[in-house]
Amino acid sequence: MKIRPGYSAAIQPSDITAESVYLDRRRLLQAALAAGVTGLGASWPADATSGGVPLTYKRNDTYSLGEPPNQFEDITTYNNYYEFGIDKSEPAANSDRFKPTPWSVTVAGEAERTGKFALEDLLKPHALEERVYRLRCVEAWSMVIPWVGVPLGDVLKQFKPTSKAKFVAFKTVLRPSEMPGQSVDVLRWPYVEGLRIDEAMHPLALLAVGLYGKTLPNQNGAPLRLVTPWKYGFKGIKSIVEIRFTEKMPPTSWNISAPREYGFYANVNPQVDHPRWSQARERKIGGGVFASRVPTLMFNGYEKEVASLYQGLDLAKNY
Amino acid sequence: MPSTVVVRRFIKPAVFLACLAPLALLILHAFNIGGDLGANPVEKIQDTCGQWGLRFLLITLAATPVRDWFDAPWVIMLRRMLGLFGFFYVLLHFLNWLILDQGLYWSGVLADIAKRPFITIGFAALLLLIPLAATSTKGMMRRLAKRWKSLHRLIYPIAILGVWHYWWQVKADIREPLLYASILAVLLGWRMWKARRTRTVRAVAS
Repeated sequence: MKIRPGYSAAIQPSDITAESVYLDRRRLLQAALAAGVTGLGASWPADATSGGVPLTYKRNDTYSLGEPPNQFEDITTYNNYYEFGIDKSEPAANSDRFKPTPWSVTVAGEAERTGKFALEDLLKPHALEERVYRLRCVEAWSMVIPWVGVPLGDVLKQFKPTSKAKFVAFKTVLRPSEMPGQSVDVLRWPYVEGLRIDEAMHPLALLAVGLYGKTLPNQNGAPLRLVTPWKYGFKGIKSIVEIRFTEKMPPTSWNISAPREYGFYANVNPQVDHPRWSQARERKIGGGVFASRVPTLMFNGYEKEVASLYQGLDLAKNY
Repeated sequence: MPSTVVVRRFIKPAVFLACLAPLALLILHAFNIGGDLGANPVEKIQDTCGQWGLRFLLITLAATPVRDWFDAPWVIMLRRMLGLFGFFYVLLHFLNWLILDQGLYWSGVLADIAKRPFITIGFAALLLLIPLAATSTKGMMRRLAKRWKSLHRLIYPIAILGVWHYWWQVKADIREPLLYASILAVLLGWRMWKARRTRTVRAVAS
């Protein structure tokens, strides 16, 4: 039994068009789109995925896991995106009304080039890459996801951050009319996150615009989200509308909500437990009922790449 | 008021089947009949059994007030069964955690019980339920006589531990545990109010 927040009783698109009809229509449109675009690096079978516009990208093998990714269905129906509801099935069910296009991002703070940028312009100078990353949730489960995006650092450099830019702060869009979860005070809205500038410039940090070769579904953070695979999933802020370079460490949503449980760094660390549960082992989504948990790796398996960022830092204190 | 025969022959078996429905649904969904268990089936089983365990404990505690408020003494005939279903779902919740979730990884299990307060209190609630389930037979009731009632008052702290266990486990959205806590507060508050009134009436009479 879930207590549902008081969603508006207004007529929903789903009241008018049967979902199956709507989905078929969408599929037809996508097929037409896919046929019209040539030179796709589409390595995924078309029927494995639905929704989204096919993207042109190149696989980055250096930064991709050798493991097979989770099924599209698991990745898109098991989501923590409280703006669309608390239950993990709610984002997929409640995000139909959200409009990820057109989209623009405000860049502000300690940088030479600031202002409001259309998402297309932000991405134009960069080639899209596919990276298969493990996502480790702070709730001790993990998934393998084939993201499509651009290195965050490459995008940030466009704005020429000044020497005062020690941190980067991100903000999610605030649209209670399209995001029913924002009418519930579970977290303080809009969602905010941040990285140290050297973390943000690390080549593993990705600004994702797609998964499984197509634009992001709404429930996965369309149209633009952060992916920092060595950190717990909640650092991966979704539907980003603001990037701000700051001198001071910016506030972050889960840290505001429960400072003893969620720190600024949120690096995956099997030795530093959440105050209420162990982080030593994780459940891999997709293994079924009889698969056992597997040991969690330091920095989620990206230790070789990122450990140097934290030399001399007490990770038990700076969790 | 239905006769004892009607309660025994019809109402009780019907309620028994209804109490099995959450488990039946889990099993059907596990085989993808009429639904599925989602991306994380172990967590789904865990949540479903835990929730129903708690619900049945609260429903059991509601039997006495419902009897008084609606003048329905026959409800008490269902109470033992409801309580045992509470124990049943709590036990499934625990076994799912122990076997499917933790994979009988004993060092982790023991560390969790010892170190994680929300698991400690959940485990304590389960342990306290065992003597209640074991002494739920008519024979045990007779043998324990007066002590039976005192023993079964353990259900009050058990229910508090259960709600507390749930409250401590959620990440940020406390609305649901708050609902359980409110219902429990009404059920226990009513008992306190009634006990005080009975004492007052007795004091006035003597």
